[in-house]
Order: sequence, then C-alpha cells, then structure tokens
Amino acid sequence: MRRFFERYDIIDVIMWLIAAAILIGALIGSVKTIQSGKYSAATWVDLSISGLTQGSIYALIALGYTMVYGILRMINFAHSEVFMSGSFVGYFAATWLAASGFMDANPVLGLIVVFFVAALTSVVVAVLLERIAYRPLRRAPRLVPLITAIGASLFLQYMFRGLFGSQVRSYPPMPRLEGSVTGPLGVEIEYVQILVIVAAALMMLFLYLYVQRTRAGRAIRAVSEDKDVAALMGIDVDSAIVTTFVLGAAFAGMAGVLYALIFRQITFFMGFVPGIKAFTAAVLGGIGNIPGAMLGGLVLGITESVGTILFLDGYGVPAPYQLKDGIAFVVLVLILILRPTGLLGERLARTKA
Amino acid sequence: MPAKRSSPLLTALRLGSIGGGVALLLSLMGMVEALSERDIIAGVISTGIALIVAIFMVFGFSAARAQSDSSPVTRIAVGTLTGAIGESFLIGLVIFGQNVDLRPVFPSASPELYTLLQFGRTGTQAYVTMLVFGAVVGAFGAGLALMPARYRRAIVVGLTAVTLSGLLEDLIHITLATAPGLLVLADRILARGVESGLKPIGAVVVFVLFAIVTFFWGPIRTGIDAGRKAVPPSQRHRAGLLIYGLLIVILLLLPKAFGPYLTEVSNSVMIFAVMAVGLNIVVGFAGLLDLGYVAFFAIGAYTMGVLTTTAVGAQRGQIVWGPQLTFWEALPIAVLFSITAGILLGIPVLRMRGDYLAIVTLGFGEIVRIMALSDALKPFIGGSQGMVEIGVPSLGQVNARLSSQELYYYLMLAVLFLVIFIALRLRDSRQGRRWMAMREDEDVAQAVGIRLVSTKLLAFASGAAMAGLAGAIFASKVGSVYPHSFNLLVSINVLAVVIVGGMGSVPGVVAGALVLFGLPELLREFSEFRYFVFGAVLVAMMLYRPEGLWPEAKRRQELHEADESGPDPQPEVLVTSGGAGSA
Repeated sequence: MRRFFERYDIIDVIMWLIAAAILIGALIGSVKTIQSGKYSAATWVDLSISGLTQGSIYALIALGYTMVYGILRMINFAHSEVFMSGSFVGYFAATWLAASGFMDANPVLGLIVVFFVAALTSVVVAVLLERIAYRPLRRAPRLVPLITAIGASLFLQYMFRGLFGSQVRSYPPMPRLEGSVTGPLGVEIEYVQILVIVAAALMMLFLYLYVQRTRAGRAIRAVSEDKDVAALMGIDVDSAIVTTFVLGAAFAGMAGVLYALIFRQITFFMGFVPGIKAFTAAVLGGIGNIPGAMLGGLVLGITESVGTILFLDGYGVPAPYQLKDGIAFVVLVLILILRPTGLLGERLARTKA
Repeated sequence: MPAKRSSPLLTALRLGSIGGGVALLLSLMGMVEALSERDIIAGVISTGIALIVAIFMVFGFSAARAQSDSSPVTRIAVGTLTGAIGESFLIGLVIFGQNVDLRPVFPSASPELYTLLQFGRTGTQAYVTMLVFGAVVGAFGAGLALMPARYRRAIVVGLTAVTLSGLLEDLIHITLATAPGLLVLADRILARGVESGLKPIGAVVVFVLFAIVTFFWGPIRTGIDAGRKAVPPSQRHRAGLLIYGLLIVILLLLPKAFGPYLTEVSNSVMIFAVMAVGLNIVVGFAGLLDLGYVAFFAIGAYTMGVLTTTAVGAQRGQIVWGPQLTFWEALPIAVLFSITAGILLGIPVLRMRGDYLAIVTLGFGEIVRIMALSDALKPFIGGSQGMVEIGVPSLGQVNARLSSQELYYYLMLAVLFLVIFIALRLRDSRQGRRWMAMREDEDVAQAVGIRLVSTKLLAFASGAAMAGLAGAIFASKVGSVYPHSFNLLVSINVLAVVIVGGMGSVPGVVAGALVLFGLPELLREFSEFRYFVFGAVLVAMMLYRPEGLWPEAKRRQELHEADESGPDPQPEVLVTSGGAGSA
C-alpha cells in the first residue's frame, strides 16, 4: 500500500477514478441499450458506415493538425478555417460549373475541378498564414504562436463572413451522386459515402507514400525530428515547413468539399466543430503521427456516431444525438488521462507540450 | 535589423500592392461602406474614407521608411507612387464591378460602394480623382516619415484625437451636457442633429489643441514632474488619495450624467471587466491558457437562474424545480458552484501544458454549452428556451430610488472594485509569486518547492469565482438565461481583452475591457466587424507587442517612481481598498 502511494500521486488516482467512472458508465449504458432491443443490427451497421464517412473527413483534417504539430510543436488553431475556406471557394466553383451545365455533362471532371479549386484556396490561405503569422514567431514562447493562431482563426472566419455574407449556402445538387447501393443486412450505402471513404483512403495512401518515400517527405520527417540538426544536414527548414502546410491545407480543402457533399450546407462558422474533432482525432491517434491521425479520425467518427446512441440511449436520455458533439471532448479528456501518447504515438502531452 | 535594400520602384510596387489588397479586402467586406454612415468631420470625411486614408498613409509611410537611404525627393516620390498603386486596386474594383455584377459572390460589392469609392463622381473624372487621392495620401504618409519625430508625433496624435472625438461625438456631447457652459462649447465643435461627427471648425480646434500639447509635451512633463517633486512625499501621498477620491466620486455620479443607455453599456463593460480580471489570474498570472472560461460564466448564470427563477411549475414553464431564493442568497451559492466547477475542470488538466490545456478547456466550455442546450437537462434549466424571471437584488428602500440600470451600475462598480482589489492583493502575495514562478517555468518552480497541484487549482478556482460572480449578476441583470449567450466567442472576447490589456496587468485588463467592449457598443455599425478586428489585433499584438499595451508604460512608471522617491506604497492597492469600502 505504501509503495503504491510512493509510485502514484493522489492526482493520478483521482484521474483514473474519473476515467473509470466514465468508462463504466458507457459500458452500463451500452448493455442497457442493447438489452432494450430498440435497434436492429442493420441500424448499427448503418450508424457505423455514417461514422466511417464522418471519420474519413476528420482524418483528412487531422492530418493537417498532426503534421504541423509534428514539425512546429504548435496547434494550428486556424486549420479549421483553412478547411472552411476550401469548402467555401469550392462552393463558388461548384455553383458556377453546375449553372453552366458542365457538371452534368462531365461529373467526374467537374468534381475534380471543384476539388482542385478548394485545395488551391486552402493552400493559399495556409501559406499566407504561415508566412505572415507563424514564421516570425517560431522562436517565441509557446503561448505566443498559440494566441496568434486563435487570432488568425477568428480573423479568417470573420473575413469570410464579411466577404461572402453570413447566410447559409448550399452546394448544388449532384444528381450522379444521389442514390445508393444495398449492402449486407439490407443496409443502404449512399454513393456519396462511398465516394468520401474511397477518396479519403486514396489521399491518405498518397500522403503516406509521399512522406515515406520522397526526398521532400524525408526532409519533413527530419525537420520534425530536430530542426537545428536538419538545418546542419543541409535541409531547407523553411521549405520543409511550407511543404507541410501545403500538404495539410490541400487535404483540408478537399475534405471541405467532401464535407459539403455530405452535409450540403456551408457557413463561415462551419470549420469550428470539425476542426475541434479533427484535433481530437489527431490526439487520439497520437499527435505528430500520420497513420495515427488516420486511425484516430476513423475511431472518433465511429465512436461518435455509434456511441452517442449506444452509451446514452440506455439511460433514457431524451434526444441523445444533441450530445453528439460532447462525445468528442469526453474522448479527448479520456485519452489525455489514460494514454496521452494516443493510440500510436509517443508521449508528448507532458514532455513537449 | 537592416532590411534588404530594394529599388525604390520595387518598394512602391510591393507595399502599394499590399496596401491596395488590404483596401480591396476591407471594401469588399463592406467595412468601408458600413463605416461611411458616420462622419468624422461632418460633410467632409466619413469613417469609411478615413479608413482608406489611414491604410494608404501607413503604407506610404512604410515605403518612405524602407527607402531611408534615398534622397528626400525619391522618398516622397516612392510614397506617392505607393498610394497611387494602392488606389489603382480600388479603381480596378470599380471598373470591374460596374461591368460584372459581383454581388452573387461578394454581397457587399454594391453600387453604393462604388459611388463612395469614386467620391460621387463618374467616368474618367472619378478615376483621376481616385488616383490623385491615393497619391496625395501616400505622399502625406511619406512626408510623415521624413519629418523629425517630434513633429510627426504631434500630427499623428492630433489626427487620432480628431478621429476619436468624431467617432465618440455622442459620448462627448452627453458628457459635456452635464454643465450648461460646456454645452455651448459642445455645440460649437460638434455637428449635432442630421449630421454626425465634428464640425470642420471643431476638427481644426481639436487637431491644433492636441498637436500643440503633444509638441510641447516634453517641457510640460518636466514641469509636472518638477511640481510633483516640490511636494513633500507625505503630502504627495495625500494628493494621490485626493485624486483617486475624486475619481471615485466621479464614478459614483456617472450614471446621472450618462442616462440609461450609456449606464447600461457601462454595466456590460463592467461585467466583462470582472471576467477579464478573473481570466487575467488564470492566463496572465499563472500562464494557463483557458479557452473555456465562458463555462464558469455560464455556471454562475445558470446557478443564479435555477435558484431564483419564479417561473417554476407545470403551468409557469418547463422548469420543474426551483427553490426561489432571493438574489443575495443565491449569489454566494453561484460563486461557490463556479469555484467547484473550476476545481473539477482543473483536476484532469493538471498534467497538461500549453496547447493541450487550451483545447481541453475549450472542450469543457463547449460541453457546458451543449448540456445547457440539450433536452436532457431541459426540465431543470430550460434547454434551448432558457430561463426567465430571474431574481433581482433587493436593497429595501434603495430599489425605489434607483432605476434598474443605476442599481446594477452601483452593484457592478462595487463588485469590480472588490475584484480588482483581490486580484492586486493576490498578485503581490506569496501566492501571486508562486503563480508567476510557475508561469515562467513549471519544472523549476516545482524544483524550488512550489506545489503545482494546489497552485494551479487555486488559479482555476479564483478565475472561476470571478467569472461565476459576473455570470450570476449578468443573469439577474438580463432577467433571463439562454444557452446562446455562452458560446466560445465570449471566451475569445475576454481573452482578447487580457492580451490587449497586457497579460498579468490588472489596470491594463480593465482598460482593455473598456476599449474592446465599450467602443463596439458605442459604434454600432462597427460591431459587425468587431471579431474581424479582434482577430487582426490578436495577431498583430503577438507579432509586434506580445506584452500588451499597458504593462510597459506601467513598468516604466514604476521604475521611474522607484528611482526618485524610494520605497513607496503602491497607490492602486490603497485606493482600491478605499473604493471597495466606500462603494
């Protein structure tokens, strides 16, 4: 007993108790929900697929957080606005293409153009952000770039609001993407969901290969290991950092289009919630770790979609879906208490953060 | 840092393009048009145009400054060219926008904007006017760069004074209206009635007055210092008390002069000031970046709501339970609840630093808002429909003699003084030094024997207590609580106040609250852009002045006092204790 207290702080014990209480609560809720038999197996599969779709988008955004964190050790709070800006300008491209009839004639090419425009916008925003707001502060105390990032996020949000108005805008309907296939257990899978999952998987594969196999990718990994040593080895640190921002932003921009294809509606404020969740996904997977961000995104998406009903419905909570956004934060806190390294990562929350 | 020399032409092109881009952005955002509704000098210059003038002036100035090795003529030419290039962006917008309707994409790109940018003219005449305007403004900026610093400062201060007094015309008028003699003066310089802003003659008077005072500020200041030195230290102390006593009397009389609307604005400002002082303890003293600060404000407000609401029962509303306490009974409970919440949040984040702390606290703030909105807690706190009929503070006879705004004004004033007093005492206590040691370096602080657990939790608890207090009074003042009053923007707002005022500086934070909450309230057409400006200000502050606006001046002043009169008790502390007693 005494040795136990020598090894573990009272705070650790309290935190474990909190975590255990949440986990047991979730477990009991799950058992109750399943026992109630309100939901069929098909419902669960359906929820899982929509969770997977959501999670793919979280994963794409999370890549930007995790890569920038890996290389600069800072949370790029404005990344959610990079995502939003891609989605927003992609909207104008999509509307224009749809109005001119190009989208109906060449749906694949049209979508590629929209993706490209969105990615380009996000890249421009992120590069400007890095150049103006972050680069001068690279050696500043940690709180300083963090506050800069919050300010930049606010600035971008309200810049878009000022420029394009505060109304909700809807992406034009894509007739070719409507409809669904019937999967196992009679579950309907929409084409859009398939598109999102496949596109996200392809992009992540590309990123993984890029970072692992190319010279630029090696430079990024070297700089995130140690900036000064990398510079001594003749690596251009600035360009490696810019490449990181460009990659992350391109992914965020494309995720913005995918998000809009599912949810249709976009506003200047749309980046906030997905941004926070993507960050949670990055932490969940182990921040700084690229495969971790992908895994974290998928796990979080499914937890959110399935877990909201599974954990809460058994307690008779009215309208549990309203609490969906809260799940991500609880997961974040749990992860930081139980396994700050994330699922695949090194321990950062304490040492470097 | 020696800048890379570039040719004058390139400098003008680069800075002109950036300036033009900024002006283009602000025009397309609708800022220029929205602000042009208010004149700074009636019939002469509107706020929107003044904004463009300011942009090109700054860029003309920087261009001339970047060419510091060149001859004065070249530098003026560079400034002129910069302004002209910048303005050519706006000309491009006007030409393009008149041929293609931009409004489907940019809702603000209206014909009114173009008319405004063209100064009401049309065709080639307008473009020439615009180009000349840009060139002149740029040249003026360059001229400022060439001037000796003393002249430049006088002109800049004069222009700023004209701008501010034009903007705050209403406030100045109301303040001057308290005395009949001054009202005559106000009518001379202010354009009341149909037009807003200063009269042209008034602008000249204000400009000359401030420019002259600034120009001779050096001698004036020496005179004041000499005068102060002539007074013996003991009496100087008494004089200080007298000044602060006078200040308190003015503050107490202010609602009578202000009238209901401005008193109401002051009340909001004071509520945010209390929150800012509290967040300053967490962020400024202890260095813990808390982005979920609104949660404690919400908890304070909801506790007050639940405990005092009289809309209870099946017929009266959805709220099923409510003890219907009075305001004074509920207030301490609300604060206690907030403190508990602060400690509960504090425990899981004890081990986190920096960015993790920020994002987890942000999550906490969102969880509180989501819970407040959800149907799950609706029977207790009203869900998205909120709660109404929240108790008001009763003081027996006093209630009858004060209007509701005045009642809250005095309450908030007392609370603000109390909170400032506590914050200052904490700052100068051992606890304050522990916080600051922890802020500088957690590991070293721990190594010298500071218990991080209790130190952090105390910071969270004190911050939460102040936010809870502010929230409880807010709920009572508004009379209702709705979840949407407690979004992330409140936290960001308060954070902006702390950053701009200066992290760790109590007077700076109070002044910051006055500027960042007072100004947008008074300039209604500006409030749409306040978060845009806040974002820009946060970035700019971090890039150029991370210590905030106030602390440096304060520190300089403290150092100054230290070398002339030795140990002197800190004046603010004495005065605020007096304030708390008398209020």
